Amino acid sequence: MEPRKDLLDIASLSLEEIEFVLKTAGPFKELFTKSIKKVPPLRGKTVLTLFYEPSTRTRSSFEIAAKRVSADVTNFTVGSSSVVKGESVLDTIDTLQAMKCDYVVVRHAAAGVPNMISKHTKASVVNAGDGFHAHPTQALLDAFTLRETFGDLAGKKILIVGDILHSRVARSVGQICEKLGMEIGVLGPGSLIPQARPKFMRKFYTYDEALGWKPDAIYLLRVQLERQNDQFFPSLNEYHKIYGLTEERFRQVEGEGTWVLHPGPVNRGVELGDDVMTYERTLINQQVENGIAVRMAVLYWLQPETN
Amino acid sequence: MGSEPDSQVLLQAGDIANKMRRLALQILEQHPKGDLQFVGIHSRGVIVGERVRELLKDDLGDIPYGTLDISLYRDDLDDMGNMPTLKSSDIPFSIDDAHIILFDDVLFTGRTIKAAIDALTDYGRPRSVELAVLIDRGNRELPIAPDYVGLDVTTSKQDYVRVRLREHDDEDGIYLTKNP
Repeated sequence: MEPRKDLLDIASLSLEEIEFVLKTAGPFKELFTKSIKKVPPLRGKTVLTLFYEPSTRTRSSFEIAAKRVSADVTNFTVGSSSVVKGESVLDTIDTLQAMKCDYVVVRHAAAGVPNMISKHTKASVVNAGDGFHAHPTQALLDAFTLRETFGDLAGKKILIVGDILHSRVARSVGQICEKLGMEIGVLGPGSLIPQARPKFMRKFYTYDEALGWKPDAIYLLRVQLERQNDQFFPSLNEYHKIYGLTEERFRQVEGEGTWVLHPGPVNRGVELGDDVMTYERTLINQQVENGIAVRMAVLYWLQPETN
Repeated sequence: MGSEPDSQVLLQAGDIANKMRRLALQILEQHPKGDLQFVGIHSRGVIVGERVRELLKDDLGDIPYGTLDISLYRDDLDDMGNMPTLKSSDIPFSIDDAHIILFDDVLFTGRTIKAAIDALTDYGRPRSVELAVLIDRGNRELPIAPDYVGLDVTTSKQDYVRVRLREHDDEDGIYLTKNP
């Protein structure tokens, strides 16, 4: 497969490129059962994680992935209090350029920042989430997890539940599932389902209606508690009652053998009840493990211009 | 598929079978009691190892068999136009203290074998590692020598040796193209 410099979104990936990453992630995952989990393809390379938004899981996942392909990792945490203007991002890029990093993993609250950075640096840029735009490695790891569970995904149905409007995860996961031939349904508060959504997203109005569609997998989006001040729905309690995987709905889901995914971290009692966490068809832990393998595959595939 | 223009046949199907037997006999001579583990290097080294293992079944029984993909251990990943698709490395036994024979189809610069030894030692510490190859075409760039060879061929660095094995390519045949 021809290498790319950057991974900025799912939309610009060809099916062949997606397949390449998913196939390559398999052998990387096999390493996790070895006593030496490290392989040398990025030996001598430096990976910098540049997070303008707080994140522990994604950053650690990238860090572990980078270390397992033998890169050196530096974490650049930008204080959440510092107001980040376009200008200071460019200044940061100059700093990076001087540090001679080969890969930069970026998360930023504003859509398009990774794209902008990629145009100003020879390093490979991996988008680890930008605003409402994209979170491509999340989508790739979810696709890998679904593949592991179902094999061929063509014709399989996935129901995405929650805040579709503000979710870069929903956007990227929706795109990758569509590219892999899945049928996609969405369910959530009316204020959080975009009017202008891709044609392939089928909208459901109630949980009963959505479960009646018999999805093979349910993807629960995290309710962004930090956005609660904006009042898109009345209360967390009400969200749980109407759009949460409550005990009662869980029994139906369990009966059907439907698989459950969640990008983490979960809000118990909001998106899902306690019993879902111990359900044998909950893929949340697999998603975390696969995230490392997929990110190793991405770092292996991307080729910076710093060589 | 068959030979290409300007290419000469080094080995035909029957010759390949003979060379495999030759490898098997040499190994048997050195290790009459067995106590071996085989590891084939992807892609065609895996086939060579499997065939030799099959030939030794009557004398040595089922020799433990593993496969190794060395792509991640290559020293030229930065210069490659295309990134190789990884295959599974599957060594379903402990190699600690074992006598290992590595299999590949062609021995050329020795860089693949160096990478294979690096990869192997991430699995453990074998007692010994030997190397069996179907073709040795010379032009080494590293101090690596085979222990078992099917056929020695004199080539120049620019020549192209093409190995086709039926499990992978629908036919058995080895071709040499001069200065392509």
